[in-house]
Amino acid sequence: MGNGIEIEKPLTAWAEAHFGAGSRLEGLKRLSGGASQETWAFDVAAPDITHVLILRRAPGGVAAARSSEAVSLATEAALLGATSRAGVRVPEVLHVSAPGTPLGEAFVMRRVAGETLGRKILRDDEYKTARTRLTRDCGEALAGIHAIPTAGLVDLPRSLGEDQITKYEAIYRGFGMPRPVLELAFAWLKANAPAPAAPVLVHGDFRLGNLIVDGNGLAAVLDWELAHIGDPREDIAWVCVNSWRFGHSEKRVGGFGDLPEMLDAYAAAGGARFTPAEIDWWEILGSLKWGVMCMIMYSAYKTGADPSVERAAIGRRVSENEIDLINLFEGLGRHA
Amino acid sequence: MHDAPSAKELIEAVKAFIDKTAAPQLTGHAAFHARVASNALATVLRELEIRPAAEAEEKARLEALLGTTGDSANALNAQLCEAIRAGQMDLSTEGLLPHLKSTTIAQLSVDQPGYSGLRSAAR
Repeated sequence: MGNGIEIEKPLTAWAEAHFGAGSRLEGLKRLSGGASQETWAFDVAAPDITHVLILRRAPGGVAAARSSEAVSLATEAALLGATSRAGVRVPEVLHVSAPGTPLGEAFVMRRVAGETLGRKILRDDEYKTARTRLTRDCGEALAGIHAIPTAGLVDLPRSLGEDQITKYEAIYRGFGMPRPVLELAFAWLKANAPAPAAPVLVHGDFRLGNLIVDGNGLAAVLDWELAHIGDPREDIAWVCVNSWRFGHSEKRVGGFGDLPEMLDAYAAAGGARFTPAEIDWWEILGSLKWGVMCMIMYSAYKTGADPSVERAAIGRRVSENEIDLINLFEGLGRHA
Repeated sequence: MHDAPSAKELIEAVKAFIDKTAAPQLTGHAAFHARVASNALATVLRELEIRPAAEAEEKARLEALLGTTGDSANALNAQLCEAIRAGQMDLSTEGLLPHLKSTTIAQLSVDQPGYSGLRSAAR
């Protein structure tokens, strides 16, 4: 964990140039979470007003070779700009810093007030009104994201459902740990693949945890690292995966909403008209992917790359995804 | 070999040490990892109790499903995976989904007995 000394000077210099001489940096603090990028919270006390900000930065300011999936910080900043102009609620980007500068590869955005913790959003009275609006808000936000013209978006990987099956099956086979439920899911997905929809900009990790929610509903969509060109149904299904319902399984959309309501809001906001049954295949793919991702995290322990008890224990979460897959298989045909 | 204290007693003693002595003195990341460590020991305790009978039942079901005998549930599971991968078994195979459901319920009873999906499966 960095102590912030190396970024204090370049951040102060930027703040003075952007907000005027005499602007002071206050409360610089590294936030937890986000292993692949540094995330810092800080304030700038400008002569007239205090600005509440976030710095996203490559570790040490230098972009490491990262997983082929994650987009660069510059692309993430460009996506925030494009989605904001399209009317999707995202944090406003104020500055993009290039590799090789004193600050390094990074960008600064405004910090949006609200909550990201799924359990609190689903439980606390403070979000009671928000919970009644969140389903529509999510449908509208996804319709907005999926409508953004992809021609101007540089550097985005393309990954359709079929590509993801190929990718995650190769990873699963590489572990040499056969699990019949996952095997059945791979075989079923291949045998029942839907016709691809027209490719769109897909957020790639749209779920509670990556959404800022305030008292009025959805305040901002965060974490664009996994954005790609893909199938719109991937995003719609990912927020439905039971792992992100935080115990509130009866509400298919994130533990807070019903899928028909989100699909209606999605279509009313200009998105394609999908039925709940069309989302089943993608939710099965989502649960399968998260199961394989838990195996990936456990393998970091097994190979010695990360000896923490947390990485070891996460291997005992794969069975959560297996029961979700079984519940989904049993429910097939139940959705109109 | 003796078993006084038993494996169960030793794990219970270590878990109590983490919960009552070590964890209260820790903060931040270390406190989080102490909770994870305590939960991991709870998993081991459930496994000691549940696994022997659950795995014997799993093995018997696998033998019936595959129409063969095997050395272990593990080896039979590898065979089952091959059969599914080769398309010889799928969702329409009599008994396959109920077997997988019973096995996964037993596994979750060890791994994450509080998981919401386990309650949904029981309904």
